[in-house]
This record gives sequence, structure tokens and C-alpha cells, in this order.
Amino acid sequence: MRREIRRSLPGLACLLLAGCGGWQSAMDAHGTSAASLKQLIILIVVVCSVVWMLVMIALIRALSRERAPRTAPVDVDAERVRRMSVFISAAVAATVIVISGFTVTSFFATRRLSVAGPDDLTVKVSGLQWWWNVQYFGATPAENFQTANEIHIPVGRNVRFQLEGDDVIHSFWVPSLAGKQDLIPGRPNELSVRAERAGIYRGQCAEFCGMQHAHMAFFVIAEPQADFDRWAEMQRQPAAQPADSEAAAGQQAFLSKPCAACHSVRGTAATGTSGPDLTHVGSRKTIAAGLFDTTRGSLAAWIADPQTLKPGNNMPMVTLSRDELLSVSAYLASLK
Amino acid sequence: MTMESVVPPETSDAEIEGPRLEAVLADTWATAPGFWGALSTVDHKIIGRRYILTAFVFLALGGILAMLMRLQLAAPEARLIGADRYNQIFTMHGANMMFLFAVPVMEAMAVYLVPLMVGTRNIAFPRLNAFSYWIYLAGGLMLWIAFALDMGPDVGWFAYVPLSGPQYGAGKRADIWAQMITFTEVSALAVSVEIVVTVFKQRAPGMTLDRIPLFVWSMLITSFLVIMAMPAIMIASSTLILDRLVGTHFYNPAEGGDVLLWQHLFWFFGHPEVYIIFLPAVGMVSTLTATFARRPVFGYLALVMALIATGILAFGLWVHHMFVTGLPRLGESFFTASSMAIAIPAGVQIFCWIATLWDGKPQFKTPLLFVIGFIVTFVIGGLTGVMVASVPFDTQVHDTYFVVAHFHYVLIGGAVFPLLGGIYYWFPKITGRMMSERLGIWTFWLIFIGFNLTFFPMHILGLEGMPRRIYTYQPDLPWHGLNLFVSTSAAILASGFLLFFIDALRSARVGEPSGPNPWHAPTLEWATASPPPSYNFARIPVVNGRYSLWEQPNELAVADGLRVDRRELVVTSLAAADPEARESSPRNSIWPFWAAIATTVTLIWSIFSPWAVVWGPIPVAVALIGWFWPKRVPEDEA
Repeated sequence: MRREIRRSLPGLACLLLAGCGGWQSAMDAHGTSAASLKQLIILIVVVCSVVWMLVMIALIRALSRERAPRTAPVDVDAERVRRMSVFISAAVAATVIVISGFTVTSFFATRRLSVAGPDDLTVKVSGLQWWWNVQYFGATPAENFQTANEIHIPVGRNVRFQLEGDDVIHSFWVPSLAGKQDLIPGRPNELSVRAERAGIYRGQCAEFCGMQHAHMAFFVIAEPQADFDRWAEMQRQPAAQPADSEAAAGQQAFLSKPCAACHSVRGTAATGTSGPDLTHVGSRKTIAAGLFDTTRGSLAAWIADPQTLKPGNNMPMVTLSRDELLSVSAYLASLK
Repeated sequence: MTMESVVPPETSDAEIEGPRLEAVLADTWATAPGFWGALSTVDHKIIGRRYILTAFVFLALGGILAMLMRLQLAAPEARLIGADRYNQIFTMHGANMMFLFAVPVMEAMAVYLVPLMVGTRNIAFPRLNAFSYWIYLAGGLMLWIAFALDMGPDVGWFAYVPLSGPQYGAGKRADIWAQMITFTEVSALAVSVEIVVTVFKQRAPGMTLDRIPLFVWSMLITSFLVIMAMPAIMIASSTLILDRLVGTHFYNPAEGGDVLLWQHLFWFFGHPEVYIIFLPAVGMVSTLTATFARRPVFGYLALVMALIATGILAFGLWVHHMFVTGLPRLGESFFTASSMAIAIPAGVQIFCWIATLWDGKPQFKTPLLFVIGFIVTFVIGGLTGVMVASVPFDTQVHDTYFVVAHFHYVLIGGAVFPLLGGIYYWFPKITGRMMSERLGIWTFWLIFIGFNLTFFPMHILGLEGMPRRIYTYQPDLPWHGLNLFVSTSAAILASGFLLFFIDALRSARVGEPSGPNPWHAPTLEWATASPPPSYNFARIPVVNGRYSLWEQPNELAVADGLRVDRRELVVTSLAAADPEARESSPRNSIWPFWAAIATTVTLIWSIFSPWAVVWGPIPVAVALIGWFWPKRVPEDEA
């Protein structure tokens, strides 16, 4: 019976770990370093489970074993003391071996964390309360573009993220691709990532950064190189011109109201920089740092009442008439 | 044994016996009746009892906050508690549990127990002791009143800059946090100095260094940790207040300040803080294991060395809280090694306790159940600690619920379980009444099962990507089921604590009278009545082993020659505990109370104006003059 438990518990640990799924899970690894970390996690957890079970077996034996009749508490049996000293020394030696093993393993795993080979792409990510500004650099400054809360990368390529905290400390974490790295004001950091499979991976700020820390998500979309190139080319373009009269009215309202003071729409007079760039906001999966899917309805709701949907965020409520609200949301949704 | 110096016969305890001696001593050491008497007392037992009670009130309050958080997290995008209030709640929960419960409750147990365990009549610097309690109470009240006024700190118990700095931490919330630190650090430093001096200079004759009870050893090491760790946080919180109040730029990167400096200072204190909570618990485990295994703890020397090693290593680990801040990887590997190394002294202790249980004849009373629960859960917490010590492992679990699970295993499993065992164990000493063994077993199982069901799943949530300190999560994440399970289990845990409080309150009034030594325990606190008289011991015991009441089961050797007409105690040498002098022990005084009030006014005022630092010290100085007003009594007679 005991032997069965001993064998099955590490198995149980594996099962528990393998059961951890989802698109934001360290156990659902799709990046080179996340995969290597997953192996390390499983190895250490299994070894530790065995250690815990051995201690428990010793404890249960100590509590349940048959004993000779009691003697006075302070009577000492020299032979038993000697045996227990041997036992304890052996256990301490085993502890030393296990933790030395962990230290060395961990040291080499750290070295493996940095992705080998030159970088194919550099992306600058800035953390702000409570969204992510993402900048891509082309061969010339004219080819630079920025987006928000959504990072596209080519599969199988090394991508270097330059991480900067622009207000408080944030932490960039996409568990399915790699471990986390803080974004610290005044101290730029870097993180190299390679996605091994195409897919949408969710990330989230991992360092407490104020009121809406819980709503500071983003998505990494790993896609084949051709798709990525097409996406980048599309993002480089200035914003689409309004296709119908409603969108045109929306653009007019957007530019005449305070919106343009904080947001940029390239190709228009809107050049604000304190809020997310909205040049292609309609092409993004979500708005408000992962809070809602991008639809005309969610855009309208967000503009109408940002402080109820995400209390404390920096977007003020801008008073719009019913028609203005409808046309602005139509315009923004059309910015594919 | 008789003290060498000459005491006038009519005032010496050598000349009077039995009830007459006790009556005279009771008169000399008494706490005056009435309200002002209660405020003026310097009896370490009364102050210790207040400390313990206050700390448990804060535990209950912090527990209520925890339950509120679990209610909010039971469902995705719940609207029960808003973001702003939630951030205050988790900050309050952490700050309250660390600064107002865990550290003070351990200090409190020491304030009550250490003088009894070393066989003296009062703690060293008893007025400072009274002062430390009032300051602690004032800091706690300030924090909770601020929270009630919606001014509670909302920057996490670690208050990282720039979030807590002048630009992003609006209002006075972060200042409340920083000043609460000042209050609790002053009180903890005061108690630590008292403990060190009590242990070094007031041990019963014959209690050589290698006969000091292990709980006392653990408190001695803990006190040194407090004395060495607190200055770092004192600098951190003072510079933060300066940044916020007078516009310095210690932490402003735009002006050459450094935000990481804050993290170094905070964790240089913050990591030893964990051991400041854990080491006293370890001392309790050694004490309880010996009594209920009916054996001296195996490996006394190894255990003392493990305590010292833990204390030293505690100062070499702080960077493991900063593995993802982008420090050089090679340097981080050093901190991996030192963090892993602390598993060695921890292992030594676990093995020694198991060996003691193996060798002895365990009696499964409630305190021992908590010790067993401690071993089961603390080993899990220790092993997850080894996991997060690994840099690569940590990059995935840092700031996630995995870490929440880890440190609750270490702090609840590793410190609160022994503490609850300790309360069941020492409750009869403190109140003279037993707690209910029947309710105790229920309490243990509810807490043990509730705890594991609550916190074990958090490991999985963390690996599934759930960050800490989020007030809600979105329904498209696969965390809902486990969070609901955790919240439900938390109710079991809370019911266990509720039962504990009911048992303690009931037993204090109607519990079975315990007699002086209900557990047949070996250490000196059990050599006097329960509850102990104001003078602790009618005659100072003389020790010739580690387990006096087991070694001298019939009658304890005692010393005499102390005066009884004024408060006197024996000062002994540091290593050998040879009697050196009779020293007078301070009498009751109201001035520590006034000094605490004056200090409180200054500290709270300084949140709002730097002028407090100019005018505030005047009333503090007045109170201190009253405190130290000369009595024209010789200090001590060698």
C-alpha cells in the first residue's frame, strides 16, 4: 500500500501540472524558453514531492511505531542517540545533495533562458497605467509604427522585447512563451522570446501597478512570417479614410472633440501621445487592454462611460451627443 | 545558595518564609488598582497579555479582510468590492498580518514567557516595555482608523516606488503606511532590546548558555534579527516620507534617484522579517515537541546552530524577491545558492524534531497536533521556497498565486500553527485554566483541512498564470472553478479560527483549573503558580540542567538574599550565569504612557507637516524627563 502511494504521488503531481491549461499558463508552453521552463518546473516539483513523501513517511513512523515501556524523560540511551545522529546526518547530507543539484540545474537553465542566435525582430514595449504601448521599428523612421495591447510576432523567429516602464513598475509576462521581466522607470530591460507554434497567447501585467492592475492584459499573436509581414505592412499605412458619411461624421467629431489631444490617428490631425495610438484600432482583437473584444458596440460603450467599465483609468468621460457617439464608434471600428 | 552581599535582615527574603514572603513580595511588585494603575503597570505579564490579545484582535480583523477578498474573487468580474477598496484591502491584509499580528504576537509571547522561562521577576527595561505596547497599539489604531476613513494604504505591504511616491500615490495613503512602519518598528526594536538584555543578564543562576530553553534561544536570535533588519526599513520609510512631504528625490529616476534602491532596502528588511516571524515559531515547536514527546529535544546544539545559521543566512537572500527586475544573472545565481542553502538548517530542525518524536512517547494533545500539522505543511512551504529560489523557476511564478500559496504555507503552516499550539500549551499558564481538549481537536482539524484546501490550489492557479493583487479576473480565463473552490474552503478555515476564539474566550472564564504544571513540562515557567504572581517566583530558581523540572522533579533549588521591600532581581554573568549583582527593577510609572501619546502625536502630525518634527519632540522630551526622574535609590548592589 505504502509503496503504491510512493509511486503514484509523483504521478499525481505530473497530472496536476499537466492539467494546468489555458492561453495564459506556464504549463501550456509554446515558446522556446517557456518549454524549457516547463521541463524544469516538472523536474523540481517531482523531486520535491518525493522529498516531502519521504519526510512524511519518517514522521508517520516516528508517531506510530511500537515503543518500549516508558522511562523517565531525561534517561539517555547512548546507542539510540548514536543511531539517530547517523540518521540525521544522512538526511542532512541528502538535503545538501538535492539542493546542490537544484542550484546547478537552475544555473544552467538560466543560461538556456536567453534565446540563442541573433534577433530577427526588435519590439519596444512600454508599460503605462494601465495599457501597453508597442512600437515597431522599420528600416527608416517612416516605416516605424506603434500599436497598443497587441503584439504580432513571426513564429520561429527570435524577437527581442525592449521593456520600459514609463510611469510605475509593470511586469511583462506571457507565460506560454517565457518567464516575466519587469518594466522599471529609468532602467530599461530586455527579454528575448521565440514562439514555436502559431497562436494567440495572453499576457498580463504581473507587478502591482495601481488601481487597474487587474485589467492590464495584452495579446501576443504569433503567426507565420508571411502573415506577419502582411500585418506589419498594413500597420505601416496611415489610417483608412472614412468610407461612408457616418464614419466621416465620426472622424469630424473625433478631431473636434478632446479625443485627439490624447490619441493619434496617423494621416489625420490627431497626434496625441498620452493614450493608445488608434490608427488601426479596428484591426485589434480587444480594446482597453484586453477588457472587451473590439466591436462597434464595445467601442461606443467604452467612449460613453470609461470610468464605470474600468474605474480609475486615465480616459476621461467626454460628453458626446447620441449621434456623435454613434458616428465616432463607427469611425473607430472602421479603422482596420 | 545565598547572595553574597549584605541585605538588612528584616528586608531579606532569607529571613522570611512561605505565605509571609509571598505577601510582602506581592505588595512590592503589585500593579496599582484602577484605571491609572492599569495604564502605569510595568508587569511584563500584564503587558504581554495585552500584547497577545491585541495581536489576536488584529488577526481576526485581517482574517475578515481575507474573507472579503475571497468573496470578491469567488466569481470573475465580481462587483462586490471595487478596485480602489480591494487594493486597500489587500494592502491592509498584508501590512496588518505582518506588522500588527505576526511580528508583535511573537514578541508578545516572548514578553510574557521569556522572563518566566529564564527565572527572573520582570523583563529588562520594563518601562520601555510598557511604552512599546502603547506605541504598537497607537500604530495599529492609526492604520485601521485610516482604513475606516477610506484613507487606508493601497500600495501593497511592500509599497514599491514610484507607485507609492509623490507622483502616483495620491493623498496620504502611502504616508499612513510609512508611518505605521515607524510605529511598529519602534515597538519591535524596544522589545528586542529588552529580550536581549533579559536573556543575557537576568537568567537564573546556573542557566549557562547551553541550558537556555530553545524558545528563549529563538527569541534571542530573533531579537538580533530585528535590531539588524529594522534600520533598513527605517531608512526606506523615512526617505519615502521625505520624497512625499518635502520633495527630495531619493526614488525619482528623472532626478537621479533610483526606484530599485527601494526594493533593496525593503527586502533587506523584508526577508529577515519572515525569519523574525518564523524563528520564534521554531522555538515553540521545540518546546512543545519536548513536552509532548516526553523527551529532551534531540540535538540541542544542532538546533541552536540551525537558529543562528538561519539568522545569518536571512540577510543574504533579499535579492530573491527581485529576480525579474533585470539584475545581472550571475549575481542572481549567488542568491539562488544562498536561498537554497537555508534549506539545510531548516532540514536539520525538521529531522531533529522527528527524531525526538521517534525517541519519545508522543501524547496526542492539541498542542502536539498543531506541531504535527506544522511539520506536514511547513515542509511543503519550505520545498516551494526552494522552487522559487531558482531564478528560472521564479520567472514563471513570481508575483503569481503560486507565491501566495508558498508564503501562506510558510507563514500559517510554519508560524501560525506553532503559535496556536503554543496558545493551547501556555493558555493554562497565562489564565490558570485549561482550553477545551475536545474543541481543540475540532479547531485543529478545521484549520488544518481548511488551510490546505484553501492554499494548495493556489499553487495551480499561479502556474495557470493568475497574478497576485488583482481585484478581479475575466471570465475567459480558466481560473473560476479553482477560485470558487478556494473561497469555499476559506470558509472552513475561518470556522476553525472562529472556534479557536470561542474556545479561548470561554475557557478563560469557565475552563478547568489547571494547577501550576498541567502538562508536566520541564521549563521554569511551570515552576510557579498559574497564573504567575506579580513577582513570578517567590525565590529565584537555581538551574543545573536544560530541563529543570524533569531533572529536579521533587523540589527546585532556589537562591535567596534578595530584598523584598523593593523590586530587586538577580543579574548574572553572560555565559556561565553566575550571580553578579542585585539590581533594582523599575517601579510602575505613567510616564511611558504619556511618552507614547506624545510620540504618537508627533508621528501622525508629521504625515501632514514637517513642522511636527520641530515641535513634536518637546512634549516627548517632557514625558521622558518624567520617565527618568531620579529616585535616589541605588541602582544595584554588587
